[in-house]
Amino acid sequence: MTERYSALALARHALTGAPWERAWRAAEPRKSYDVVIIGGGGHGLATAYYLAKNHGITNVAVIEKSYIGSGNVGRNTTLIRSNYQMPGNTQFFEHSLQLWEGLSHELNYNAMVSQRGQIVLAHSPSQLDVVARKGNTMLLNGIDSELLDRGDVMRLLPYLDYSKDCRFPIYGGIIQRRAGTVRHDAVAWGYARAASNLGVDIIENCEVTGFVRDGERITGVETTKGRVLAGRTGIAVAGHTSAVAAMAGLRLPVESHILQAFVTEPIKPFVHHVISFGAELFYISQSDKGGLVFGGHIDGFNTYTQRGQLPKIQTVAECAVALIPGISRLRLLRHWGGIQDMTPDGSPFIGRTPLRDLYLNGGWCYQGFKATPASGWCFAHTIAHEDEHPLVRHMRLDRFERGNGLDEYGLGLWTYRQ
Amino acid sequence: MLRIPCPHCGERDYTEFRYAGDASKVRPKHGTDDVKTWHDFVFLFDNPKGPHREYWQHVLGCRQWLVLERNTATNEVMGAVLARTREAS
Ligand SMILES: Cc1cc2nc3c(=O)[nH]c(=O)nc-3n(C[C@H](O)[C@H](O)[C@H](O)COP(=O)(O)OP(=O)(O)OC[C@H]3O[C@@H](n4cnc5c(N)ncnc54)[C@H](O)[C@@H]3O)c2cc1C
Ligand SMILES: [Zn+2]
Repeated sequence: MTERYSALALARHALTGAPWERAWRAAEPRKSYDVVIIGGGGHGLATAYYLAKNHGITNVAVIEKSYIGSGNVGRNTTLIRSNYQMPGNTQFFEHSLQLWEGLSHELNYNAMVSQRGQIVLAHSPSQLDVVARKGNTMLLNGIDSELLDRGDVMRLLPYLDYSKDCRFPIYGGIIQRRAGTVRHDAVAWGYARAASNLGVDIIENCEVTGFVRDGERITGVETTKGRVLAGRTGIAVAGHTSAVAAMAGLRLPVESHILQAFVTEPIKPFVHHVISFGAELFYISQSDKGGLVFGGHIDGFNTYTQRGQLPKIQTVAECAVALIPGISRLRLLRHWGGIQDMTPDGSPFIGRTPLRDLYLNGGWCYQGFKATPASGWCFAHTIAHEDEHPLVRHMRLDRFERGNGLDEYGLGLWTYRQ
Repeated sequence: MLRIPCPHCGERDYTEFRYAGDASKVRPKHGTDDVKTWHDFVFLFDNPKGPHREYWQHVLGCRQWLVLERNTATNEVMGAVLARTREAS
């Protein structure tokens, strides 16, 4: 059990100069566990934590090929929200947002959850109807949402382009005030520390290279640190879902694509909300250090290289300047990419697989960070009960076979390819 | 920048092309009535980390369909042929 973080502990360490102990035990794999989770990203760590916390299953290992936080959990743009419209999605993402609201206390780790509000803009009267409908769906599900007219948006975001002949006039929008941002690294570290405290082994620099099987049943994994047997095994490897599933002989409805993110040089507090452009996939917020953080679409062809293509910088910068002309002279400080698993309908998979004792969590596309707590919560339940949690029944792997695609935007399949 | 060697137009930026997915799949015979066969063809991908054969259309050039060989782990391009010639052979 590590020391509790508190103001008192902070003062004690400041006064005595005593070093802080490591946040989680450096574990080496044991011969066998009740549950092995492959992938130490946000979802894998949250799953291990809730297995221990909610289900009393503490003989658990999280096996991570690199270091904790090296994957998308440390590469995303940190946005959280619950403005979804499909039955099932609405309730799942709202459950996640409610877990975010108590997370720092739950984990005794400051995740810096900042509910600064997210505004979705509408650039035509019909788009305003669409976002109003989204807001109404949310309200009917007990989720906060407010409709904004052009004047409201002008008061909240006075720096957008409201000129007479601008390319994307602003008609209004909706705001979810409980949406916002979270410090992503702290989510990984907080879940890792809390899970480790409950007895979970977090094994870094250990790659899963194959499965141990007994007919149609998975009984463990082969790793670069030897064979580890498992009563049940969960996959939560984000961009590498296909590769790991292939080791078990499974082919999935997944293609791996790169998504880039960008941050400018720091400026004084300026963008106080999360803003989603309505004319393109583009969103922007400001980090605590002052940099404007933004992103757009994936590059558009499948790849595992974490290096993005340059033309994307141009399209994303064009969106930024179309929305906020005043930032045209800011310089980009950094940009990076992460590999995400894209699915035909843009929705994830949580649930059982055709193989016994093997469970899958993947296909998160653009939206896995905000889902982290609920994903871990529901995946842990699914593994513990050998049955999907009610909040994720619609996310089953066989939904395309059954004609139940989960098309959140109502645009049809493969929209990410266009 | 990913550059694609179009057999007609020469090597061009990938932004002139539209990506259209895995070209290694074989379309089920016309009239196949097994839904599972169609499901697997439409929805499942090998999605390999390594050599990959894929369709691209040169939409801002000759508008021909190509089959490109590319390593998805490095984006290194091994070559392209017209989809037509490949399909005929
Ligand atoms: C640029 C970018 C911006 C994003 N912005 C947002 C956003 O604003 N809001 C939002 O909700 N979502 C966002 N996302 C999506 C979100 O980051 C991901 O969906 C989510 O982080 C994926 O889950 P994870 O945290 O478990 O993944 P990861 O952190 O990638 O964890 C998976 C882990 O599995 C490990 N692994 C892989 N193969 C093996 C193996 N064989 N053996 C052992 N370990 C293995 C990897 O090393 C990795 O650490 C963004 C993604 C990117 C790339
Ligand atoms: Zn051409």
